[in-house]
Amino acid sequence: MLPIRNAIKRSGFVRQKTVNAVVRYIFMMVLAFLLFGIILLISGKDPIQSYKDIFSSTLGSAYGFSEVIVIMTPLLLTALAVALPSRIILINVGVEGQLYMGACFATWGALAFGDLPAGILVPLMILLGMIGGSLWAFIPGYLRAMGIVNETITTLLLNSVAPMIVSFFIFGFWHSPMDTNKTPNFSPSARLPTLFNTRIDLSLVFALVLLTLFWLVMKYTRWGLEMKAIGGNPQAARRNGIPVKLYLISIMCIGGAIAGLAGMAQVSGFYGVLLANFSRGIGFMGFLISWLAGGSPLGIILTSFVISIIISGGNLLQLTINLPYAAINVLLAFTLFVVLARPNFLTQRKEA
Amino acid sequence: MTLLSVLGVLSSAIFSGTSLLYTTLGEIIDQRSGIVNLGLEGVMLVSASAGFAVTAITDNPYLGVLVSIIAGGLMNMILGFLVISRRANQLASGLALMFFGFGLSALIGSSFVGTKIKGLPRLPLPGLSNLPMLYSSLFNFDLLIYLAIPMAILVWWLLFRTRWGLGLRAVGENADTTFASGRNPLLIRYQALFVGGLLAGLGAAHLSIAYTMNWTEYMTAGRGFIAVALVIFSKWNPLRAIVGALLFSGAVAFQLLLQSSGIQISPFLLDTIPYVITIIVLIAWGGTRRHTAPASLGRVYQGSE
Repeated sequence: MLPIRNAIKRSGFVRQKTVNAVVRYIFMMVLAFLLFGIILLISGKDPIQSYKDIFSSTLGSAYGFSEVIVIMTPLLLTALAVALPSRIILINVGVEGQLYMGACFATWGALAFGDLPAGILVPLMILLGMIGGSLWAFIPGYLRAMGIVNETITTLLLNSVAPMIVSFFIFGFWHSPMDTNKTPNFSPSARLPTLFNTRIDLSLVFALVLLTLFWLVMKYTRWGLEMKAIGGNPQAARRNGIPVKLYLISIMCIGGAIAGLAGMAQVSGFYGVLLANFSRGIGFMGFLISWLAGGSPLGIILTSFVISIIISGGNLLQLTINLPYAAINVLLAFTLFVVLARPNFLTQRKEA
Repeated sequence: MTLLSVLGVLSSAIFSGTSLLYTTLGEIIDQRSGIVNLGLEGVMLVSASAGFAVTAITDNPYLGVLVSIIAGGLMNMILGFLVISRRANQLASGLALMFFGFGLSALIGSSFVGTKIKGLPRLPLPGLSNLPMLYSSLFNFDLLIYLAIPMAILVWWLLFRTRWGLGLRAVGENADTTFASGRNPLLIRYQALFVGGLLAGLGAAHLSIAYTMNWTEYMTAGRGFIAVALVIFSKWNPLRAIVGALLFSGAVAFQLLLQSSGIQISPFLLDTIPYVITIIVLIAWGGTRRHTAPASLGRVYQGSE
């Protein structure tokens, strides 16, 4: 790879770093796809045909593309729920749990006030979802701010508790007459409106607005500056009069609220019903996306998009080559592995 | 409630708790060397599916257990490469490993869904044979159950009574100092992850080959995360892990007892007990937690120039 690098250097590109980054990421993706191709070959499937299917089904048609966006939407929110607290070095591994609590609270709204018109019910459910998520995040946030327990541990533990609470309500009170592991379908007034005649729902708009807001707040406001200060040196920030504890708790709660919104959008928009164990790792995926994107809003959108293409392609492979649905996680993981391993084939940059 | 039903519940608790104890012991070794392995769920799934597949093909459960163990060790080596050699973030790498495990185990297990296997043979205790059949059948355990508590003691001995364990714990506290004292932190961490993986594999083997004796996708159902919780609960101590595993299986047993005696409490609420207790214990320790958790847990060792 060295001659290529020198050639690029000699040609006098101004944005040397950008070119390097793009080439690096393309190379990483190729590597991940090669690795998964080997796995496909071993299990007796045709990798080239599979990849053709993945790309033609996701990027080749308007419908396929819209399905990618549908998968991407909750990931944007869950990644943001990690990225925001990460700015003040809070490690929120608990998005999975916050998402469940958001879904749980929102479902309560949908079932208890099902008669209300959509114009009132949907905003109410959004509010409830955000409250549910932020309450679940308040516990670790408070314990961390008071210096009692590290938030990584508590968020991780609470992750396992939240789905059980959801199951408790579904099995105990809410389940539909036919099926014990889900609620009855929500009334139409409890559903998030969809856009462009596709399954894309309004939460995409929320996600994009919140990501923009996140970028603006971090760049242009006093809050952003103070958060940077806390992220840089909490001790110094505290001595300069920044209310660090208040920030720790409130930012954690806002992160939880965003995760709760994602949960609300899943039950109200995507499913239209609350299923036990519906998430299947959306929260954890959000953590990975935020981490890979370095917490930057644009990076979150790009990374979520790539990951959604892979997940969406996996849905198709299940149908066409009879691959177990979960198998696409292997391709996903290979992509994550190569990015995490940061192979330094092109840029011999000094590691910090 | 009869003695028989109580004993039955107890024996089923022991069956479900064994895999948890092995996995927790593995995670204790990982974390004592300073590495949080969040991918445990994935490691267990791959081990369980590989062990099950080999058992189904060869009809030899012991061979299946062996393959499970090795699979666990190898899965942890992936994590090792990422977090030790490539200095990647431990939490993110662990979660990536978890997703890898979801996928790979589904691929391995796809042709074995619904397959029946001859599970790990039961070895009756010598003294029990003259008890009534009804009772002795309850305490007819397999080899891995008998080995679980001795294994916890062995891990404790390895960690606290050997030079290897001293070095391992030292890396978990402060890798730079360990390096200065002439040990190789990277090598020690690789060893810790490998041994930890072997134990997680053993736990997974007991789950699929001895306990459930079938393969279903995502059969571990959160056991990997329970193990991570138990590590914290047991203060990174293998002997306390026995208590932790008993607590969890006790909650399961308690639930079955309540059901058999007709008291209606949602099993889901009872399932949350181990987590809630762990959180309460953490809060109760408060500031003192610092003295028990390995000091450089989760930190990347940048290496010495």
